[in-house]
Amino acid sequence: MRRYPQIALVIGLVASAVVSFFSDAIDGYALNILILVGINIILAVSLNLVNGHTGQFSLGHAGFMAVGAYVSSSLSLFASEPILKLLGGSGPVANNVFFIFLLIAGGVAAAICGLLVGIPSLRLKGDYLAIVTLGFGEIIRVVFQNTESVGGARGLGGIPQFTTLFWTFAIAIVTIYVIGCMVNSTYGRGFLAVRDDELAAEAMGINTLRYKVVAFVLGAFFAGIAGGLYAHYIQFITPEGFNFLKSIDIVVMVILGGMGSTVGVTVAAIGLTYANELLRDAEQYRMIIFALLLIVLMILRPQGLIGDLKWLRKRKKKTA
Amino acid sequence: MSAPLLEFDAVTVQFGGLKAVSDLTLGIADRELVGLIGPNGAGKTTVFNLISGVYTPTAGSMRYQGKPLKASRPSKIAGFGIARTFQNIRLFKSLSVFDNVRCACNLHLRHGISHALVRGGAFWKEEGEIEREAMKLLDIFELGEKRDEPCGSLSYGDQRRLEIVRALATRPRLLLLDEPAAGMNPTEKANLMTLIRFVHDEFQLAILLVEHDMKVVMGICQRIVVLDYGQKIAEGTPTEVRANPKVIEAYLGKEVS
Repeated sequence: MRRYPQIALVIGLVASAVVSFFSDAIDGYALNILILVGINIILAVSLNLVNGHTGQFSLGHAGFMAVGAYVSSSLSLFASEPILKLLGGSGPVANNVFFIFLLIAGGVAAAICGLLVGIPSLRLKGDYLAIVTLGFGEIIRVVFQNTESVGGARGLGGIPQFTTLFWTFAIAIVTIYVIGCMVNSTYGRGFLAVRDDELAAEAMGINTLRYKVVAFVLGAFFAGIAGGLYAHYIQFITPEGFNFLKSIDIVVMVILGGMGSTVGVTVAAIGLTYANELLRDAEQYRMIIFALLLIVLMILRPQGLIGDLKWLRKRKKKTA
Repeated sequence: MSAPLLEFDAVTVQFGGLKAVSDLTLGIADRELVGLIGPNGAGKTTVFNLISGVYTPTAGSMRYQGKPLKASRPSKIAGFGIARTFQNIRLFKSLSVFDNVRCACNLHLRHGISHALVRGGAFWKEEGEIEREAMKLLDIFELGEKRDEPCGSLSYGDQRRLEIVRALATRPRLLLLDEPAAGMNPTEKANLMTLIRFVHDEFQLAILLVEHDMKVVMGICQRIVVLDYGQKIAEGTPTEVRANPKVIEAYLGKEVS
């Protein structure tokens, strides 16, 4: 029972390898949705660490995604030759190693941004932090919009398509594993303590600022990786694609799934991505439907769709 | 008496024109049970916040185990071995009883994120140690059976006790109790007195108790310090303090002659 998370990780990785082995058999449209689902899971689960587990309301997730997307695609567009030469020329193995390097570079760049924004702004609470992170997201967007070397407002195109079903799902599973395992440990309970009562947490010897920064940086890192996956799948990125609404989309997934519930957020990421496709025909009503969904949910199930599974299980045991 | 565990040397805290604590000199010996009393607004909670690092003194100095008590964050103070409870219960509401205690064990955690991710033998060994330690504490306070209940579902008295358990899990040498008897009925108060005495003996630590209820303070404290308007007006054993005219004046006013 103890080793359960590692076994789940291995099974998940093998399953995604098997599925992607047969990915040629999957219809192109379905494949497209699957990859977007994977990317959204990474985004939602990583934002959940900040907003749900640690209770810091961040609205800048799209900004970190943009940093990851731009850094990794700039590298693959402008620095691929020397790096590939180091890896011994272009080939299937070298290409995949190169891709992982790109993703990590994007993630690290986003994490550095997270650190720079986080250390000063995480002293703020609630609404104030939301405003600062919102501002950060917009600044990032405007910076890319005005940087001609990465295409400016026209966007950056011609990015090679490295993203595969396997990488997307493998990374999504690793994200769930990392965040799930971290929170489910004595160390990780500190995140929840920070959310519940900062003053009490501090008095119990929990360095609240450090916990918040760790959550923020790790969240930003995974958002950066998701950005890299997205860029190398869509092959064309514009600053507008990472605007405020993108951040809201991710926040909606977190709230719908239930703040602090990794399972719930994953389900919500799958459901909302799919709903997005179903509502293609009703494009202009999409946001209205989402808003209604959110209002109804907040009234009926304020803890989110799934909420905390633990209490559910306990209660069942008792009644049985 | 050996060198005091905690010393206040002419400590003053000023908020604008108001001196919340002025020129306070105070000593708490190791394993002593000291009561801090005074009318509302006398500066008792300010003293607590000074010790736990929420405020810094405007003048004067504090020493803990002979070393200056200065820290960048309240969490560091907890690391020195000073734990506290709160006047209005501040448990981690969304967590279970066990997890509340587990959070406080964080302080002595040898392993961090990397071990939580690898989940190797060292990680499970340490998690096991923490679980045993937390359960031992919970069992002592008869909360062991409620380990998986959300802490909000506990009764008021249980929540107070859980707060003490949580504070003890940080392995303190000095425990600060902020009005633990607030809102309790006489039976609960009597139980609380037994409990504080028990904690004091069992865990061999010093306790500083802020309390309004005279019965509780007089009943368990070895020494009492009386504050009024931020100044120490009396100090001594419960009998001495009770007979002190200054204390009677502070609480009841002057006799009309």
